[in-house]
Amino acid sequence: MIGLHLLSKRFGAAEVLGRIDLQIAAGETVALLGPSGIGKSTLLRIVAGLDPDFEGRVQCPERIAMVFQEPTLLPWRTALQNLRLVHPGLSRAAAQDMLARVGLTDKGRAYPAQLSLGQQRRLALARAFAGRPQALVLDEPFASLDPETAAAMLALTERLIAEARPATLLVTHARAEAERLASRIHVLVGQPAVLREGA
Amino acid sequence: MPDRIVVPLVSILGLFALWAGAAALTADAQILPFPWALAEPLAEAIRSGELPYHLGRTLIRVAWAFCLAMGLGLALGLAMGRLPRLDRWLDPWLVVFLNLPALVLIVLCYLWIGLTETAAIVAVTLNKIPQVTTVIREGARALSRDLDAMARVYRMPGLARLRHVVLPQLAPFIVAAARSGIAVIWKIVLVVEFLGRSDGIGFQIHLYFQLFDVTMVLVYALSFVVVMLAVEWLLLQPWERRIRRWRAA
Repeated sequence: MIGLHLLSKRFGAAEVLGRIDLQIAAGETVALLGPSGIGKSTLLRIVAGLDPDFEGRVQCPERIAMVFQEPTLLPWRTALQNLRLVHPGLSRAAAQDMLARVGLTDKGRAYPAQLSLGQQRRLALARAFAGRPQALVLDEPFASLDPETAAAMLALTERLIAEARPATLLVTHARAEAERLASRIHVLVGQPAVLREGA
Repeated sequence: MPDRIVVPLVSILGLFALWAGAAALTADAQILPFPWALAEPLAEAIRSGELPYHLGRTLIRVAWAFCLAMGLGLALGLAMGRLPRLDRWLDPWLVVFLNLPALVLIVLCYLWIGLTETAAIVAVTLNKIPQVTTVIREGARALSRDLDAMARVYRMPGLARLRHVVLPQLAPFIVAAARSGIAVIWKIVLVVEFLGRSDGIGFQIHLYFQLFDVTMVLVYALSFVVVMLAVEWLLLQPWERRIRRWRAA
């Protein structure tokens, strides 16, 4: 499970995030909505342990996965290597199986530049789930995809979450995505930003 | 034949033509012999084993200095590029060493350490480290924050991160540093040998300089140029093509 007990987060003199308490149980998905620039990504980085510079506490399991706004793949390694280098314990067969589950069966030897944006995103999704994560953080994973690809990605993500059942935190600006995936929806509002129930 | 073989070949032939023209105008083999006049002395120097021996000594020094300068410069450049505080502290040192003439470092190393092999290699290495550091630091400053975040979230082990995330991003900078490195290093090695060793290409050039033997100076200098061209074409360029494979894909 993910537990966040944030008192304050500042960039210099500006307080970006105020008091925020958030608990996400295993198998539960919480969506976070809010206008751009409000601090959604900052909150995600704190939860993922990427930003230690804040007041408060964060609890996160050891096996955490994150899907970034960009695919963030290693362009100089093949699709298969992108899975196996990040998860050293993953066998070749398991990695191949993971590729198959996101529809990239015959793309194992392709470099990311040879994949379309939609395929790169699916590879990033495969990388996230290949580690059997206990916590999953999604930072606008469906942004800049055409509606058809986005819908397919959404369905795929829903299926993978249902199988692995991690504690999931999803940041998005599309309410429809949030309602489809999440059991709880929060909205970040104000300056400094705090959570409001948004369901 | 592909362009990448034909063009350098024709270009080199042009250089030889220019040389032959200059030799014809000089019309004095004591000052500038024709290119083909070098063939016989070269064959003789190889037959006697003299040239291979001195070439080998110089190559060993170049290899040592190159590996030491690349290794230390890479570590230092990476550290300075990643840690702004360290960079602020070490940057003035870097500027000092970058602007210290090679000759001063060589003379000081010989004076302090003695006329030894260690002093020779240390002198060349110290001359090259600042340049490698400067180039690698630029690369380290430009490392992708997104990939760094990815590697941290997924808890990639340090060594894997270095090998698969950091070094591939630095590769163009490493190639640039290696390329300019090898060219500068062998020139400094020659000066070091000229001043304080009793073997190597630099020592031989010193010897023939005192005998005013232009032909043998050219034989030794050119034989080393040929070796360095071979290193460039047979090692550096294929290696560069290999690490660029993913871009072409």
